[in-house]
Amino acid sequence: MEPIISAKNVSVYYGKKQALKGVNLDIPENQITALIGPSGCGKSTFLRCLNRMNDTIEGCRVEGDIIVDGKDIYDPQIDEVYLRARVGMVFQKPNPFPKSIYDNVAYAPRIHGLARNKDELDNMVLASLEKAGLLAEVQDRLHEIGTSLSGGQQQRLCIARALAAQPDIILMDEPCSALDPIATAKVEELIEELRASYTIIIVTHSMQQAARISQQTAFFHLGEIVEVGKTEQVFTSPQDSRTQGYITGRFG
Amino acid sequence: MTDIQNQTNKAGWPTNGANKILAKRHRTERNFRRLGLTAILIAMALLATLLVSIVGKGYSAFIQTTITLDINFEQEILDPKDTRSPETLKAASYGSVIRNALRTEFPEVKSRIELRRLFGLISKGAVQELRNAVLANPKLIGTTRAFELTASDDVDMFIKGYISRDVVEQDRRIKNNEIVWIDRLQNQNAIQTRFNTRFFTGGDSREPEVAGILGAMVGSLYTLFITFIISFPIGVMSAIYLEEFAPKNKLTDVIEVNINNLAAVPSIVFGLLGVALFLNVAHLPRSAPLVGGLTLALMTLPTIIIAARASIRAVPGSIRNAALGLGASKQQAVFHHVLPLSLPGILTGTIIGLSQALGETAPLLMIGMVAFIVDIPGGVTDPATVLPVQIFLWADSPERAFVEKTSGAIMVLLSFLVFMNAAAVLLRKKFEQRW
Repeated sequence: MEPIISAKNVSVYYGKKQALKGVNLDIPENQITALIGPSGCGKSTFLRCLNRMNDTIEGCRVEGDIIVDGKDIYDPQIDEVYLRARVGMVFQKPNPFPKSIYDNVAYAPRIHGLARNKDELDNMVLASLEKAGLLAEVQDRLHEIGTSLSGGQQQRLCIARALAAQPDIILMDEPCSALDPIATAKVEELIEELRASYTIIIVTHSMQQAARISQQTAFFHLGEIVEVGKTEQVFTSPQDSRTQGYITGRFG
Repeated sequence: MTDIQNQTNKAGWPTNGANKILAKRHRTERNFRRLGLTAILIAMALLATLLVSIVGKGYSAFIQTTITLDINFEQEILDPKDTRSPETLKAASYGSVIRNALRTEFPEVKSRIELRRLFGLISKGAVQELRNAVLANPKLIGTTRAFELTASDDVDMFIKGYISRDVVEQDRRIKNNEIVWIDRLQNQNAIQTRFNTRFFTGGDSREPEVAGILGAMVGSLYTLFITFIISFPIGVMSAIYLEEFAPKNKLTDVIEVNINNLAAVPSIVFGLLGVALFLNVAHLPRSAPLVGGLTLALMTLPTIIIAARASIRAVPGSIRNAALGLGASKQQAVFHHVLPLSLPGILTGTIIGLSQALGETAPLLMIGMVAFIVDIPGGVTDPATVLPVQIFLWADSPERAFVEKTSGAIMVLLSFLVFMNAAAVLLRKKFEQRW
């Protein structure tokens, strides 16, 4: 199967410091790819290359090619704003806008003009909340402020907000690291459900999480990919001694 | 045995040595609290002194003395040709009418010097009062009516008790014979004290009893309006650009340092800049709120930029990331999310900047807003003065009656300032965002 994302020899520099050193990675469609590795290994940097969020960081330079759906996204003709609508992102800390739950989810359809009228917008908001498994909990308080929800609900609201932009790919940067185990379980369940319609790339510090939900795992170390493969294989019979050391908890 | 005890002491509750340190810590903490309390008490005492002295001196500015006289609106004097045309009525000699009324009231006064004193009981502004009354109602001509006229500032001061009867006559603005007349008028209940509406409805005047602050208030309003419409958009836009869009390099560092410097530049320097730029180069009208407002805008700009930058910076980066991650453009992220969230802070900073501008005197002196202006300005290009400059002008005037006017004007200015600062606090409280 043709990978939906294909990174070729990607290097990233923050000023003079090189954060990624020639990373190659293919990401298959409708699968969950987990990026694991110790802090500062470049996995978040790599994730942020995929929707060009690194562009917003002063002094950041990206080299190499990233092909998403057949197009090089660092081509000057590509509009990064359009790219980010297709490649959604969920952040480490839930960051709903301090607006109503409805307005949070409706924001992307509004700025991208996805809905022709109020009814369509309503449907889109409800559908996104439904997909994020939040609808039942917030149905009768859509106009309450989004920040009034609990942490786990806020994160699912952020996922709903990303889904409303109708992306094909969703990037998740440690989406559960600020959540308690119950909220984490709910979000993980949600991520697995979303796999049917979206390609998901998730950065995680939790090896168990990577093992539980992902189909492909890439182990990053010091700005390089040490090992990539089927999750089962990486966790049960790692080829590289560093991978083995990391997943068994000997370092990292 | 002792060893074991010592060890238990170490792990458990404080020993004697530690107690000493603890006692010292408590002592310094108490002392610090006392120090803070003292500082606040001193500040409050000073503020109270200021307020008491201003209100004590100034409350009488809101009270005015009037003298009621039987005025004979003689046809012969006011409109001899019986035309009733506004021109004639405007030009008529109302002074003679007042003088005649005083002569009738005090027939025994004959000598020229005494008559001059007698006429001096009534304010020179009373002529205007009669003229307005006749213009409004020409039917008054030919009748005799009791009419309330503003007393002169000396009478006003005397009635308010600022001129004492015990002072030797030659050191007293009100002479003995004047006291006799005033007493007689008082016995006839012809002297009243009223709320001084003219203080709030009139322009400046050389006669303290008719001087008002409306001119200065309107001038301040126009000036602040110009200041606001110039400095707010420019300030906010600069702050947004510097915080959100400008690259962080040497140049922006230099700009940052310079903005901070500008905020500390003495206001008189801005006044000189205003003279050079707006008067000498742009040839804008002197003494006008337009130039005053522009000059104060230069001064307010750094304050607004600094406040706006601080409150834009206080918006967490996660909000920007969230918007950008959804495919919002940078501008959309700023205008849809960052700006609304930072607006309360920006407005607070703006109000504080404007209240500084409201109280500013020095730069306005430079651009000629210190001129003596009687008319209420009708627009931003009319000559005008502002509240603090009016206070300066009155404080500089020799007449005793201007002392209370000065304090009265200070009270008005202070209440504006309190109002604006309270608005800033309320705004912040109301829209404060919790993350």
